Amino acid sequence: MNRTFLAVRRRLLQAVPVVFGIVAIIFLLLNLSPGDLVDVMAAEEQISDPQVLEQIRAEYGLDKPIYVQLANYVWNIVHLDLGYSFRHSQPVWDVIVERLPATLILMSVSMALALFIGGLAGVVASIKVNTLYDNLISVVAIIFFAAPSFWIGLMMMVLFSVKLGLLPVSGMYTIGGDYSLAGEIWDVTRHLVMPSFALGLFYAAIYARVMRASMLEVSGLDFIRTARAKGLGEKRVAFKHILRNALLPVVTLFGLQLGTMLAGSVVIESVFSWPGIGTLVFEAVLTRNFPLVMGVLLFGSILVVIANLAVDLVYMRLDPRIELR
Amino acid sequence: MSPLLQVCDLTTHLFTVEGVVKAVEGLSFDLDADETLALVGESGCGKSMTALSLMGLVPDPPGRIVGGQVLLGDRDLLQLSEHEMQKIRGNEIAMVFQEPMTSLNPVFTVGDQIVESVLTHRQVSRRQARERAVELLDLVRIPDPRGRFDDYPHRLSGGMRQRVMIAMALACDPDVLIADEPTTALDVTIQAQVLDLLGELQGEFGMGVILITHDLGVVAGIADRVVVMYAGRKVEEAPVDDIFASPLHPYTQGLLGSMPRPGLEERLREIPGVIPSLIDMTPGCSFAPRCAKAMARCREEQPDHATIGDARVVACFAAEEEVAGRGLAVDT
Repeated sequence: MNRTFLAVRRRLLQAVPVVFGIVAIIFLLLNLSPGDLVDVMAAEEQISDPQVLEQIRAEYGLDKPIYVQLANYVWNIVHLDLGYSFRHSQPVWDVIVERLPATLILMSVSMALALFIGGLAGVVASIKVNTLYDNLISVVAIIFFAAPSFWIGLMMMVLFSVKLGLLPVSGMYTIGGDYSLAGEIWDVTRHLVMPSFALGLFYAAIYARVMRASMLEVSGLDFIRTARAKGLGEKRVAFKHILRNALLPVVTLFGLQLGTMLAGSVVIESVFSWPGIGTLVFEAVLTRNFPLVMGVLLFGSILVVIANLAVDLVYMRLDPRIELR
Repeated sequence: MSPLLQVCDLTTHLFTVEGVVKAVEGLSFDLDADETLALVGESGCGKSMTALSLMGLVPDPPGRIVGGQVLLGDRDLLQLSEHEMQKIRGNEIAMVFQEPMTSLNPVFTVGDQIVESVLTHRQVSRRQARERAVELLDLVRIPDPRGRFDDYPHRLSGGMRQRVMIAMALACDPDVLIADEPTTALDVTIQAQVLDLLGELQGEFGMGVILITHDLGVVAGIADRVVVMYAGRKVEEAPVDDIFASPLHPYTQGLLGSMPRPGLEERLREIPGVIPSLIDMTPGCSFAPRCAKAMARCREEQPDHATIGDARVVACFAAEEEVAGRGLAVDT
């Protein structure tokens, strides 16, 4: 295990320049986009005097050349200072930390749902290959894969909130609800059901397809015949011998998609008014609140780096032939 | 004493898009306890499909056993349900496969895979199963069995993996062991070791062994009796010494003639032609198109199995005539 620890440490150290590279690229890309914070403020506050605008720019340091701004930004990050969100009148760090838990809850529940539902559907489809079950799963998977998640979210709202009245329409808490711990957990859970399914079902569809293909591929391999020759039942063959080997592609996909899921949650959070990072970054882009956008993207890139490392560790657990170097 | 395993008229077909492949056609043989029966023939003659049929592991689709009986004791294995068959697989009939490199599950330790075999059929604790697995690893001459127990297959060589496969097959002390080309994928020196091991273990366990091979050297080394297959059928059956001393079927003669021998100066003789397609079988003997002794009758009628003496069987009109000419009893 000591070797694993060393490998993890080395990978984390290697991630540092990667993250800084990402920071530089995003910074430059954001500055390429037309308009800045001052333009937005000018429009909102009806300021038209160019001199005043220049003055504001100078105040915020926006008049300096880009490389100076970038150097300043990186220097600040090194000191764990992500800048200040003038919109929120709060440091970016505080704004993000306040919103982060909501997104993490939504993402982890969605991912767990996607893995569980998609994985199970894929396994069932592969065991019952070319039967009604298999076709049914394929059709449902294609529907959820093809339908935009915001549309599914809206349809769920119509059905479960408006028509049936089972679930709250949007948000994360009921205002004036039960404030005991258990009451709060129950409240959040009820609010979480629709957004997490809306976000998770798309990924569940992908996992179902990949899982099915992977299970079918593994089930044709020699060692599966060996397992049957031992006298194992079909269930045991499928869930022990095939599944363990078939999980690898799904895990790969999982790691790759954690990043896209963060992006996907922007849409779902907007649809369901989920008070997470997604809505935050959406507003920040519209108002050219670059320090906040940078801060969120920085968090996102760190999340992806850590997720990839975690995937590698899981890989190692699943397949002993893989070693972390 | 009735034989341990009786295969009567086993017929396995593969239903493919191109047509019905008659992989095994009316195959019959007996296997006694303590006996090694070699199933010989070239690639695609139905040897492996025979093994899978006995195990009830014919891949379906496309394959299906369409007729015959496989009697183990007084039970016909072909009549058993899948669930009943699971109790027999790995327990009363076990199998060792051709490819040791891919026949072990890469994500479980070799020890666990043997333990699984034990636990599937025996009511023992995990600890007891573990002890049994270590014992088995020792039995197949794996050095440091306790240390090897926790190794994953990729850390073992081909020969070692095949030993593990054998240990796994022997886990529940089977009555019948089917070894499907167990040494084909191995180096020559390792081949000899694995064959010796199989021979010794057969004596130790008193098993009936069905050894599937295309290597006549292997047959000469450890078989007691030989069944020669061609295009899904048995063409000759005889005790091993008789096969080598006086092969009756032209195909067997061809096989022996194409075997390299030390001191042989001339070019090896091959059997002309190729094995026929198992889909469009001609009405006559399937070997007739390649046979030097083929007569007009051979192309019209399928020769039946004729019993010669008390231990030999051959399916060939030419061989029957020859044998009758020598004054031996032919019983068709």
